[in-house]
Amino acid sequence: MTGGWNELFAPDKVDEAWLIIQSQFPTAIWETVYVTLLSTLFAIIIGLPLGVLLVTGEKNGILPLPAWLMHTINVIINLLRSVPFLILMIMVFPLTRAIVGTVVGTEATVVPLVIAAFPFVARLTESSLREVNPNLIEMAQSMGASPLQIIAKVMIPESVPSLLSNATIAITTVLGYSAMSGILGGGGLGKIAINYGYYRYKDLIMMAAVILLIVLVQLFQTVGTKLAVHSDKRLK
Amino acid sequence: MIKIDNLSKTFHTADGSVEALKNVSLDIADGDIFGIIGMSGAGKSTLVRCINLLERPDEGHVTIDGVDLGSLKKKQLRNIRRKVTMIFQGFHLLMQRTCLKNVCFPLELAGVSRADAQKRALQLLETVGLSDKANAYPSQLSGGQQQRVAIARALATDPKVLLCDEATSALDPNTTNSILELIKEINEKTGITVIVITHQMKVVEKICRHVAILDGGEVAEQGEVAEVFSRPHSEAAKRLVYPESDMPAVPSGGGRLLRVVFNGAQAANTPIITRMAVKRGIEASIVYASTKSIGSKAYGQMILGLPDSDNIVTAAIGYLSETKGITAEEVTGIDGRME
Repeated sequence: MTGGWNELFAPDKVDEAWLIIQSQFPTAIWETVYVTLLSTLFAIIIGLPLGVLLVTGEKNGILPLPAWLMHTINVIINLLRSVPFLILMIMVFPLTRAIVGTVVGTEATVVPLVIAAFPFVARLTESSLREVNPNLIEMAQSMGASPLQIIAKVMIPESVPSLLSNATIAITTVLGYSAMSGILGGGGLGKIAINYGYYRYKDLIMMAAVILLIVLVQLFQTVGTKLAVHSDKRLK
Repeated sequence: MIKIDNLSKTFHTADGSVEALKNVSLDIADGDIFGIIGMSGAGKSTLVRCINLLERPDEGHVTIDGVDLGSLKKKQLRNIRRKVTMIFQGFHLLMQRTCLKNVCFPLELAGVSRADAQKRALQLLETVGLSDKANAYPSQLSGGQQQRVAIARALATDPKVLLCDEATSALDPNTTNSILELIKEINEKTGITVIVITHQMKVVEKICRHVAILDGGEVAEQGEVAEVFSRPHSEAAKRLVYPESDMPAVPSGGGRLLRVVFNGAQAANTPIITRMAVKRGIEASIVYASTKSIGSKAYGQMILGLPDSDNIVTAAIGYLSETKGITAEEVTGIDGRME
């Protein structure tokens, strides 16, 4: 902040901010939501099967994989998870360019976001699936279920409430990353907060963008929690 | 016909190895209700899991209707498992599915169409008396009701064998009885072979025709329930039939002891000991008694104390043995290892 409240809310600054908000924010909100949901979706498409593999591929799992393969998967996931997001974003620029054609803009941030989020989603999926009562898996085996049937009809359906609350965690995390991507050419509310607020000292714009990000997180979290609770048939 | 031939299984853990099964051999006839009873750790659960190969025995064979399960490929084994289904102590219902969908589960696995599966599931829920709970979730049901749903589910694929792994151990006595009656009824109606794993004598007494007593991974004794329970030979059987806490102290004084075994005698409403006193003038004291009436028949046994006289003992044995279903014999001591 560059001054007191009076200076911050000076009429000319409020008017100016209001104009920018009106002209820029609808698109920015849309970009943020769009990038967040799209990236989470892709992260789930890659991360969910990987998470399943982490559980079923174990030595005592229902579909054991070679130990070296499990070890490799674990190391890659841990590696990707330990790289700070902005560094990861720079590291995957070549890949982003190859896939999207550019490293700047809304679509381009989807690539690093997915790469940052899918290992996270895999770990969240893993922890959800480990909560499934192992007796249910034995029950399914005793009824002649194949490993794929056990995954599709027992493990995943039985952990839906937990998967939904973990998906909510994933969405809010991706939302945070997407805002961060504004500093390296990503679109959305993060870009506005940095470009107008930080670089051009328009504190009101920065505050508005941050408040909107908070509101979005609240929204996703509330909806996600509601869905998770509603889907759980154990609580009724 | 299920033939269990020389089954052995050893578990290797960090703390050393445990021999769960040692050369277990059993023949179980079609349509039988066969009890496998033993204390915890006797190897019951391992044995039942070897029958559908959830657990692979180290040695030995399980043969069902001439098919050696060990020789089957994965897919064939999965098909056999639809014919050898299982119910569990903890019911193991899918908590995120309705009761109807739970019963549909094995049918879905078998690739039955949704409409057919639902039709069959509704019939089965009716069989177990829960048609009104079709759309309820398991968490809304009592333990007994959950086990009924599990039974309906186990019957969905029209199995030939039903494995009950401590199926009533988590239930209260009344519910236990109603579940056992249901199993018996299903056995009588469909001719399904039932294998009951339990640590409870009363479960075996109530529904089993044959029983094997498992002790330390070995079959200690097997045969008809009435036979094994009325004349236990092995140590393990005696421990089960006369739990130590139930045993009387050896009476002091020089009396004689008579064991009276009730094996379906039409004596439930007859005061047989009183009558012996009135008609023959024999005064017997009841040292130990564990009898129960099923229908009008009496089962169980009693230990009578008699005066130290050969004549009286002979007369008492003579009188008691006149009633069909009662046998009497003199015994020399009671210390939990009676003989």
